[in-house]
This record gives sequence, C-alpha cells and structure tokens, in this order.
Amino acid sequence: MSEEMELAFGPRHPALHGLLRLRLRVDDERIVECRPVIGHLHRGLEKLFESQLFAAGVAAAGHLDYLGSAGALAYAGAVERLLRIAPPPRARLLRVLLAELGRVSSHLHAVGSHASDLGFAAPLAAALRERERIVRLLRRAPELVPGGFAAEPPAGWLERCRELAEALPRGLEEIDGLLTGNRLWKKRTAGLGVLAPELAVDLGVTGPALRACGLPRDLRRDLPYEAYGELDFEVAVGENGDAYDRCRVRIEEMRQSARIVLQALDRLPEEPAPPPPARSSLPGGEVYHGVEGPRGETGVYLVGDGTSRPYRCHARTPSFAHLQALPEICRGEPVADLLALIGTLDIALEEVDR
Amino acid sequence: MSEPEVPLDEALRADFGEAIESSRVSGGILTVRARRDAIAGICAALKERHGFTFLVDLCAVDFPGRERRFEVVYHLCAPGAPGAPAMGLRVRLKATVGEGTPLPSVTGVWRAARAPEREVWDLFGISFEGHPDLSRLLLPDGFEGHPLRRDFPLEGLPDEEGTGD
Repeated sequence: MSEEMELAFGPRHPALHGLLRLRLRVDDERIVECRPVIGHLHRGLEKLFESQLFAAGVAAAGHLDYLGSAGALAYAGAVERLLRIAPPPRARLLRVLLAELGRVSSHLHAVGSHASDLGFAAPLAAALRERERIVRLLRRAPELVPGGFAAEPPAGWLERCRELAEALPRGLEEIDGLLTGNRLWKKRTAGLGVLAPELAVDLGVTGPALRACGLPRDLRRDLPYEAYGELDFEVAVGENGDAYDRCRVRIEEMRQSARIVLQALDRLPEEPAPPPPARSSLPGGEVYHGVEGPRGETGVYLVGDGTSRPYRCHARTPSFAHLQALPEICRGEPVADLLALIGTLDIALEEVDR
Repeated sequence: MSEPEVPLDEALRADFGEAIESSRVSGGILTVRARRDAIAGICAALKERHGFTFLVDLCAVDFPGRERRFEVVYHLCAPGAPGAPAMGLRVRLKATVGEGTPLPSVTGVWRAARAPEREVWDLFGISFEGHPDLSRLLLPDGFEGHPLRRDFPLEGLPDEEGTGD
C-alpha cells in the first residue's frame, strides 16, 4: 500500500551543516521529492560588496567559504584582473599555500563530519585532530589584500607549515584506513548518492563531486591562476560518482595538497614581498575570475565603474549548484540516507545563501 | 591542437543574424550580446553545436539610467573543447531587458539554470518565461521589493510599523 506524506526537515538540525530546510514528500520510507528551502543564512553579501570600498570586499568574500579561503582568493583575483596588476611571485606562492591549507581543512571537515553522520565516530576524531593544527596556523596567516598580502607571515610560520605538510600524509593514512580500509564503510557508501557524469555537468556540479564521476576537471590545472601553473600535482578522480568515490577523491586531494604546500615552500623566494601599493578605485570594465575551491568552482563576477566601490559583484559558489543536485540523488532513496546524501555533497550553506 | 575553423561569434552570426547584437573580448573572454527573445535558442545552439554543456553562472546587473535597465549575464564553459584545456573555453553571453519584460528561461537547456534564474527573479525582479517554478529563493515569500536593484537602499525599505524587521 502506498501512502504519501509530507515531511518537514530542518532548518535547525544537528546534522545539517548550517541552516537548511527541506520539504520532503515521502512514500513509506522512500523519498519521492525533496525541495530545499534556502535563505536562512542570507546576509546580503552581494549588496554589501557594492556598498563598501573594493579592498574591503576581500574580507567579506572570505565569509563565503568559512572552511577555506576560496571566496577571498576569487575576489582578490577578480580585483587584480580588473586593475591589471599581478601579485609578486612570493605572494602567488603564499596564496597557493593558503588555498591548499584551506582545502585540507575543508576536506577534513567534510570527510570527518560525513563519517560521523553515518555513525562512524573515529574518523571524525582523527580528522578534527589534524584540522586543529591547520586552523591554528591559518589563524596567524597574513591578511590577503588585492595585489598580494598586507604583511609577511609571522616568524616561524613557514617552518610550521612545512612541518605540518610533512606530517599530514601520516594523519591521512590513519583516516583513510578508518574509512576506505573499513569494509563496513565501503558497504555503507558504495553505490550511495550516485551522480551520472552528464547529469552532474548539466546541474553545474564541480570540484570533488564532479571528479568522483570520473571527469578530471580542475581549474588549478585547466585554467591555472596564482602559481599553480608551475607546480606538479595530480588531479584525483573517481569512477562511480558515489559517496565512496567522493570520499576517496577528497582524501587523495589532501595528499596532493600536502605535496603542493611543500613545493610552494621550496620555491618561495627568500626576499619578502613589499606590500602592494594601495589603489583608490576600480577601473570601468568587467571580469569573471574562478578558482578551484575545496568544493569546486568558486568565482566572482566583478563590474567596475571607475569609483572606489564595485558596481556589481556576484559570487558563483559550488554549494549553490550542488544543492540542486540533492533532489536528484535523493529521489527514491530511504529517508534514513538523507543526511548521508547531504554530507557526501559537502554543501556549505554559508556560500549557498551568501 | 587545432583551432576551431570558424570563430564562435561568426558562427553564431551566421546562424542567428541580427539577433547577435555585438561581440568583443571583454575581461579576457569573448562576450556576446544577444537580443532578448533569441537567448534560449542561442543557448541551445551553444550547448548542442558548440559544446557549452556547463552553465558556470547566471546573474544580473542593474543600470537604472539605461532604457533597458537590466543586463542578464551568462557565463558558459565548453569542457574538453578542441585546442582548449578541460575547463578552458569560456564565453560570456548578455541580454538586456527593461523592467517588467520577461526573458526566455534557459532551464530547458541546462538544469543548472533553475536556482540562478529564481535568484535573479528574487533579487532583481526579472522574470523568466518557461521557468518551472519562478518563486523567491533567498528571501521569504512575503518580502516586498528586489534588493539587488541599485535603487533599493542598503538598510532596506522602511516597513509600515517602523520596526525595521
């Protein structure tokens, strides 16, 4: 006997990563339809960009991606392209360092909390332990400004980054062992939330969720920015586009991030980069700058009109697109898998709502 | 690596004639301005014939002084296009619309357009013909006004009770 009913889910739920409301139609235990209702964290960031000096937008854009720094990097990059300036090589490498530490921090959180949502507690503990070290470092990271950095990293910071990147693979080994090395994990996540590659592209999915479908698309390699063009790393891909592969891709990406951090440190010019000269206004024109954030393409479309404030600044965030994939992978699945399906897409509601 | 035989803007001109208003490189990528009513057809052709399977972004810009005040901006990507890296070939498409004039929806071309078109409706008040569910996205249903319009004050419109909510 079939009996459909409506189920309200969220917006406040301990396993939701932010505030998200889902309107579900369920038939017995199966999800028939899932409609996300968003905006609970809408802060009017795009309106705010228009109202403040363009340089202040870097900090505001940093709030797009609270686990990494993709928003700030995309915004700073867009401003620089509009101003036709390029940060010095040292700053470009430092940015790579910052981006990769942010990626690891974000992936550790994604992988750990996803595991915890599914009832696997140990990976979360191990992931948070590793992540804590990164967060401590990022807290003392120099401030990103258009044209480079506002200051040099504090004394000893770069050495700490090296120690961290050297130790990271060991920590990842442990997390990997607790997940992909655990046949219960494989049984729980293999075949879960499968996304076909064509559908993923049609929905605008990018980042690890797209690469898990077997498509090796990564802006760091395909449209290199900052110093990525001169660094050697592999683009991790999966095969089946399921939760298991997405987790594997994220873990492999963290290994690659550790490699990238060490390369960036090796190549870092000794001479401190002078702080960039302050610019008072943005020239007229438009530019779109996208970076490979932890979750996928994070882009900023910036329109200048010759004043000190952006005329328009729009943020393209991966989670916004990924949330559209949620109803697709939910259809026909048991309600009990809902949290796992949200977790595997790694949606950050802060960047959905902006 | 082979170059495409015909530049993209010329190919579009051959197919759509005067519906292509202008094309130039702006901010590093080819920017094509197209007539409002032809936008869905152009998008479908870009996807089917030129490989632009990935709608990167869809947003709007408000120029209140202009005759047709809104510019809707589409950023497209052709992954794996010949002669370009996997995410390399990109194009920007633009259509201008006046207040109250709808734009054809491109949700039939890319599913990725569903939420962005709703967002543009929500924040700018530009409607899309043929969108399956054009309702507010980020703001609550009872909200009045479209806050990303340039003439909408940052602090919000004063409400009747003056509570500022």
